Amino acid sequence: MWLGLDGFGAFLAFISCFIATIICIVYGIVNWDKPKEDIEEEIKEEIQWEKH
Amino acid sequence: MNYLLLGIVVIIYLIITAFLGYLGYVRTKNTTDYLLAGRKTHPVIMALSYGATFISTSAIVGFGAAASIYGFGILWLTFMNIFVGIFIAFALFGIRTRKMGHNLDAHTFPEFLGLRFESKFLQSASGLLIFIAMPLYTASVIIGGTQFLSQTLNISYEVALIFFVAIVSVYVIMGGLKGVMYTDAFQGTIMFVGMLLLVIFTYSKLGGVIEAHKALTSLKPEAIKIWGALGHQGWTSMPKFNSIFWWQLVSTIVMGVGIGVLAQPQLTVRFMTVKSGHEINRANLIGGIFILMMTGGAFVVGNLTNVYFYNTLGKISFLAVDKKTDNVIPLFISTAMPQWFTAIFMVTLLAAAMSTLSSQFHTMGSAFGRDFLEKGLKIKTKNPLVIIKVAMGFTVVISTLLAYYLPRFFELGSAIIAIGTALFFGLCASTFLPMYVGAIFSKRITKAGALACFWSGLLASLIWMVFVHIKESKPLGIAKMLFGVDSIAKNPIIQNIDPIVVALPVSIIFTLVVSLITKPPSKIFLDKVFKGLK
Repeated sequence: MWLGLDGFGAFLAFISCFIATIICIVYGIVNWDKPKEDIEEEIKEEIQWEKH
Repeated sequence: MNYLLLGIVVIIYLIITAFLGYLGYVRTKNTTDYLLAGRKTHPVIMALSYGATFISTSAIVGFGAAASIYGFGILWLTFMNIFVGIFIAFALFGIRTRKMGHNLDAHTFPEFLGLRFESKFLQSASGLLIFIAMPLYTASVIIGGTQFLSQTLNISYEVALIFFVAIVSVYVIMGGLKGVMYTDAFQGTIMFVGMLLLVIFTYSKLGGVIEAHKALTSLKPEAIKIWGALGHQGWTSMPKFNSIFWWQLVSTIVMGVGIGVLAQPQLTVRFMTVKSGHEINRANLIGGIFILMMTGGAFVVGNLTNVYFYNTLGKISFLAVDKKTDNVIPLFISTAMPQWFTAIFMVTLLAAAMSTLSSQFHTMGSAFGRDFLEKGLKIKTKNPLVIIKVAMGFTVVISTLLAYYLPRFFELGSAIIAIGTALFFGLCASTFLPMYVGAIFSKRITKAGALACFWSGLLASLIWMVFVHIKESKPLGIAKMLFGVDSIAKNPIIQNIDPIVVALPVSIIFTLVVSLITKPPSKIFLDKVFKGLK
């Protein structure tokens, strides 16, 4: 019995949901600050776009 | 139920929604604003819009009810929704789709595929497929929202239908994708808060997380009594491997919906609405938490309704609602929750219906107007938005008529609309997914390979749906008409294998084989398409 759930498959499903969410959160936090080259690329893209 | 309180909450909600729709209208100046929200959407708005579009009323009420039958194994779908539908979709697909969409100057998903594979036919055929298949999916959302409004505001079904469709279609047609995404973000916030409160109330009512789970585990004999022969082993265990229940859970619910989400046109277009790939990384954080709460919350609560009904009525959920499973969540909310929360949760359901419906209208209208009429049939108007708005209005009328008349004048109408969601998800996965993956990750997939993917995925899906998969073949009735049986498969396990399990491998094989024997696109074209992509 894990967390009150008697099947390992069901327990794994329950835990996996939280693990997947933590992966999303960590990925979001790690990539939160924009690298300088990204900003430069964005400005370049923007100028091209407006000319378009 | 306190109708005055509910009426006030609904009216406040509708006023804010109307204001946000108007804001979208004021800020829409050109085609890119209308179809891609100006490509400058904030990542939080993008993530909430993606999630709110994905989660409709049926995801809460329908899948919540399914959870009350299948048990905790259904949380594998939540895992798929978060890991595949958010993490993989955003981190791998989203960033490349945005950049490539920018390189190609694509405004819709069919246009993205058509330009990537240099095929106007592929663009207009994909647009036409969306225009034909999506109204059934839309009709199921319209019916859910209309029933809610009709019951809660105590108005006739017809008035509720016109009111519901009119509100959504006005802000979609006038405000374009900006109107859709602003309202989505507001609706998504309501959905998140409503579901969070529901999960907290449910667990606290049943004595906490572990106590609630233990109580559900102890009901195992009740489940085996009804569904044991089909493979049920209690709500806190997976169904028996290779049983009918196992195939229904794993192939239709977990795989069908879990993988199908990757190629949904109304979701993939969201990636092209942000300013840079970086915004998509940020959106990953919000999207993961949102989907955990909306699907995980609905599935856990659906499961635990069994404990509540058993404690109060001496029956499990399936029997407490007299086998009408769509009533499980509404009955639980109205009997187990405080009255003020009922009003909040009703608005949560309305927000879920409206956020999905608005994106469906926008996707159908742009697919029919821009991809089929404007690009396919070369019908031009002075202002390119006019044809898209007219097409959008036309698809709104078609979906509404389908939602109203199909269940009334056709014996199996309700059953056909009920499979609308699964049908659309399955068709999109088999028809679009292999070529979409090939488009953004490979330079070797050819125009002929993409067309082979389209036709093989479409035909394999339709054949399996019409003749084999009993969930669709029975309500469609074509197998019965031609062969006198609901499914031409004799083995009940084969009857329950979802079309995606068969059609997706078929379309993958066709895409790869045909691409390998045909000439790849020119290097100049590929350099332009993959500019800025490794």
